Amino acid sequence: MSAPAEIVEGQPSAERGSPQFEVAHHFDSADTQFDAGRMGVWLFLVTEILLFGGLFCTFAVFRSWYFEDFVEAHHHLNKVMGGANTLVLIGSSLTMALAVRAAQMTDKKQTTRMLVITLLCAATFLVVKYFEYSAKFEHGLLPGAYFHGEGFQGTHAGVFFAIYFLMTGVHGLHVLIGMGLITWMLIRNLRGDFSSRYYAPVENVGLYWHLVDLVWIYLFPLLYLVG
Amino acid sequence: MSRSITVDEVAAAPDSGGTDYINATKGVWSWLTTVDHKRIGIMYLVSVLTAFALGGFFALLLRLELLTPKHTIMSADTYNQAFTLHGVVMVFLFIIPSIPGALGNFFLPIMIGAKDVAFPRLNLLSLYLYWIGAIFALSSILSSGLDTGWTFYVPYSSTTNTAVVNVTLGAFVLGFSSILTGLNFIVTLHKLRAPGVGWFKMPLFLWGLYATSIVQILATPVLGITLLLLVFERTLHIGIFDPALGGDPVLFQHFFWFYSHPAVYIMILPGMGIISELIAVHAHRKVFGYKAIAFSSVAIALVGFLVWGHHMFVAGQSELASTIFSFLTFLVAIPSGVKVFNWIGTLWGGSISFKAPMLFALSFLFLFTIGGLTGVFLGMLSVDMHLHDTYFVVAHFHYVMMGGTVTAFVGGLHHWWPKMTGRMYSEKLAVLSCALYFIGFNATFFTQFLMGSRGMPRRYYNYLDQFQPLHAFSTFGSWILGAAFLVMLYNLLNSLKNGERAPKNPWGGLSLEWETASPPVTENFVHVPHVEHGPYDYAATVARRAS
Repeated sequence: MSAPAEIVEGQPSAERGSPQFEVAHHFDSADTQFDAGRMGVWLFLVTEILLFGGLFCTFAVFRSWYFEDFVEAHHHLNKVMGGANTLVLIGSSLTMALAVRAAQMTDKKQTTRMLVITLLCAATFLVVKYFEYSAKFEHGLLPGAYFHGEGFQGTHAGVFFAIYFLMTGVHGLHVLIGMGLITWMLIRNLRGDFSSRYYAPVENVGLYWHLVDLVWIYLFPLLYLVG
Repeated sequence: MSRSITVDEVAAAPDSGGTDYINATKGVWSWLTTVDHKRIGIMYLVSVLTAFALGGFFALLLRLELLTPKHTIMSADTYNQAFTLHGVVMVFLFIIPSIPGALGNFFLPIMIGAKDVAFPRLNLLSLYLYWIGAIFALSSILSSGLDTGWTFYVPYSSTTNTAVVNVTLGAFVLGFSSILTGLNFIVTLHKLRAPGVGWFKMPLFLWGLYATSIVQILATPVLGITLLLLVFERTLHIGIFDPALGGDPVLFQHFFWFYSHPAVYIMILPGMGIISELIAVHAHRKVFGYKAIAFSSVAIALVGFLVWGHHMFVAGQSELASTIFSFLTFLVAIPSGVKVFNWIGTLWGGSISFKAPMLFALSFLFLFTIGGLTGVFLGMLSVDMHLHDTYFVVAHFHYVMMGGTVTAFVGGLHHWWPKMTGRMYSEKLAVLSCALYFIGFNATFFTQFLMGSRGMPRRYYNYLDQFQPLHAFSTFGSWILGAAFLVMLYNLLNSLKNGERAPKNPWGGLSLEWETASPPVTENFVHVPHVEHGPYDYAATVARRAS
């Protein structure tokens, strides 16, 4: 995440693009700097995938152990809300991509518009998530030792909800961080930092945002749909 | 913060070859806000050496306690906490960040002719995260301590009353520090090599660091999520690892070793890289089998991901899984052997100067070979049944981690000390410390092979009387080892004040760091270096100079 920040300010150089953009002193050209930043972000995304990979692995292990209990427990997730959130997030990925495109075209107004829509989608996602979580709390569908849901045949629903809260919780945290990053891009765009010569931060935040979307696209069917 | 750095740096940028990086700007604040990879490397060096002293202090206490079969100086609970803190401090605060953080940060950019790492501020962030993680982890000493061992195995770690959460959160933050350093190094090596520095013209130290960085990026996130799960297990009882709630403690071991086995390659690969430098430079000979050494580093990094199950041969893992893990474990011996034979091949016919760095390198060859081969014993299913959780394991990993990595680290420290500080240390004292180190190390740990093969279990506070002579021998050895480090510390610190000024190239090395001043200027080179020869083309260079 910090990689885009690296690129932003640097030492003065003869080459000047957008008002705020100077090639940092240790890069030989703007292209190298751009490539390095993007490579850094891709590597960071790899670490993110491995982080979530641990949770997916946990899910796979316990689902195969307590298959019946998991099937039973997953019926208590709200498919409509989950489905709606999936659409919202995929939509936000589209608007994020359009924002990157607009920044490349030096279309400041369009960039702003698209970033604002992305931000609203992210907020919608979290609001829906809030309602889902409160419903679970109300019915005692809580992780591990705190589980006290009624009418369950199996005895391991607590493990399912532990994994549910962990995975969606860590994902939700990523959405929140993404909102912070998008807001930051919005402020910089309004300040006029970006142009066809310099749009790396928008692109890099975009990459991060697509990963957040992608993780959810796997989370949703695994937790909500497959039985 | 960022603004002030920029201004500082501009003000400090030398217009000629003037000021070195140490005197470029003054004051503590200029160090704390620096983005110069050399200063960050020095701060890492001071930090990891402090951690090493702390971990070493715990080690000496442990050995002293084990001098007699019953109570010697501390209670059993204190003993449990002392060996845990020895392990946590040495693994997470010293050995993982040691070579990449200190020597890697300092030399990686210089060796490829770059002015800095790709993301200088991210580099400073790594250091701050290291400090924050260290504070978290060490805060446990002031609260209730920690007695789980450095592996935090559940179910004990989810029930003990000691400060598991502090230390695991500390390790979590330290993981981020490690990831960011690895990420920075990979991008730097890909994007910032100076004109003429191809992949196969890089010094082999950098191949070691490259392979290390791959492991740091791919393994550390899994440790992160594992420790997070452990924290939730303790605080919220989520039931992932707790069998009472349907969880699985063996799953924790799988997750933990999925990181922590590759992590031993994070510890040893940079050390192997250093050895390649020491041997080539001090034998003044082209490295034998450059590509074999380079690719064996990457091979160790990759195969290292597939062997974690050998820590769980007696943990109820299926026989099939154990057999496969055992086989894969043997595979690691191949690239390791390739390296050792290539180093020996490099010595063959070289004009060897037996300076302190070379003596450390030769110690490494000896100690690492013992450590590596005893690893094959432990990877063998039937033998491991007997040796598992005995002092044989303790001796094995100390031979690899201390005899290997620490030897390489102090060897590299002596090798590059003149470049980093601009001062020469006393060769006599350096040789003395190396000799004490070698004797003390073997006295301490070789006895532990003997004890382990006779069934002395690790981590025990009391032991049978029959083991006392060997335990006492090991304790005496630890005192010699301690003395070796005191001599080394005195020698290096004394050189800062009284040492002779170091020349540009005291050892006659050909890699790029020897072409800049000692100590280097802030920008590393006055002009972007023009690379004409490979880092080990000794014969060609001698011929050119003669003609």
